[in-house]
Amino acid sequence: MIDKRVADIAEAVADIPDGATVAVGGFGEAGSPTELIHALIDRGARGLTVIANNAGNGHVGLAALLEQGRVARMICTYPRSSHSEVFEAVYRAGEVALEVVPQGTLAERLRAAGAGLGGFYTPTSVGTPLADGKETRAIGGRDYVLEYPLHADFALIKAERADRWGNLTYRLAARNFGPLMCMAAAATIVQAREIVELGGIDPETVVTPGIFVDRVVGVPDPISERAAILRGDRYP
Amino acid sequence: MKQPGLTRNQVAWRIARDIPEGAFVNLGIGQPVLVANFVPAEREVVFHSENGILGMGPEPPEHAEDEDLINAGKQPVTLLPGASLCHQADSFAMIRGGHLDLCVLGAFQVAANGDLANWSTGAAGAVPGVGGAMDLAVGAKAVYAMTDHCTRRGEPKIVERVTYPLTGRGAVDRIYTDLAVIDVTPAGLAVREIVAGLDLADLQERTGAPIAPADRLGVLEAPAL
Repeated sequence: MIDKRVADIAEAVADIPDGATVAVGGFGEAGSPTELIHALIDRGARGLTVIANNAGNGHVGLAALLEQGRVARMICTYPRSSHSEVFEAVYRAGEVALEVVPQGTLAERLRAAGAGLGGFYTPTSVGTPLADGKETRAIGGRDYVLEYPLHADFALIKAERADRWGNLTYRLAARNFGPLMCMAAAATIVQAREIVELGGIDPETVVTPGIFVDRVVGVPDPISERAAILRGDRYP
Repeated sequence: MKQPGLTRNQVAWRIARDIPEGAFVNLGIGQPVLVANFVPAEREVVFHSENGILGMGPEPPEHAEDEDLINAGKQPVTLLPGASLCHQADSFAMIRGGHLDLCVLGAFQVAANGDLANWSTGAAGAVPGVGGAMDLAVGAKAVYAMTDHCTRRGEPKIVERVTYPLTGRGAVDRIYTDLAVIDVTPAGLAVREIVAGLDLADLQERTGAPIAPADRLGVLEAPAL
């Protein structure tokens, strides 16, 4: 029997080692797998490379992982926000390296990794500092920049509903990078608000097919990062 | 005497007048989001948000916010009937693939050849971040820049060549400022409208690249907003 369910969130992240590359879903607070990140903090892995759209807010979730000094390198599109003081502090202190990637390029690099492609040419960033040192090629009279796939060792993803095969649905705009990161990681770990019986998700509405998912853990009442930031919560 | 010039809401109103029925539109973070407030109710326009929303509606009433439903600026929004949700690769396929009719972006600088700088001032020590700016600049069928004509220090933001880090080459098709509406054409900057109280020579003084009148030069005006 295929059963990707893991009873305990600590067990779900127990094999993430020092130096791992971890893709973290979410766009701002929408889709942030906050409980999985907190379990990763408890687990203690260091020297991580984190792939995420943003770089955390307040002092919970990804911001807490950064504040605890666990991240050596961030690959993201937009680390600044109204509550991103932790990232700004560790970046200015030289404690974390930053690779800025255009958002569509980040998405497509993850997709390319998941889809078994060796790279792709994109018109995005041609002539800009973010294309420095990259191959540029004219195709059909237009210039494109060569971008390579972005693989992760692990992905931490928040879903709305899952079954024991790992089929997933997401909620509203919390979907964002989830389906792509699930494909791009060697081991995809999902926290789901609800775990249903096999067949409990209409096949027509499955967003991420279970083949892209390795572990599922139920988190029925996930932390609202927005509320946690307003309260000034800190983790641990 | 009051300086001539439109307020930001008035510029947003002016841009909204040029958005055609049936258009798929992305509004950049900052000033451009104001444009959505002024699209006439009878005109069906579909707003895209790069975090994966097509058919985005206005901000919800207080206490009805949902943290899973935010726009690219991470502000709470709503879904209109007919809306759809997608992941980031599909959302940026809509952008890069030329499926959006129009994108309105803020600008630090726009050059006479349409080069756009809007993602970084290049200041030492600043934390860089690009988001979807470079994808939007190259992808939409038309890109309008919405910007103050000059900086607070009075320096022109429309220039011969951008000095800030580039967002996209030749990206901008039309510039809307508090003082003028200007087309970027192969022959150079063509002024379509100037605010009352300024003539072309006054506008040239405030512009860092040569301008010429378009075939028809009108008055840039908007109702009190």
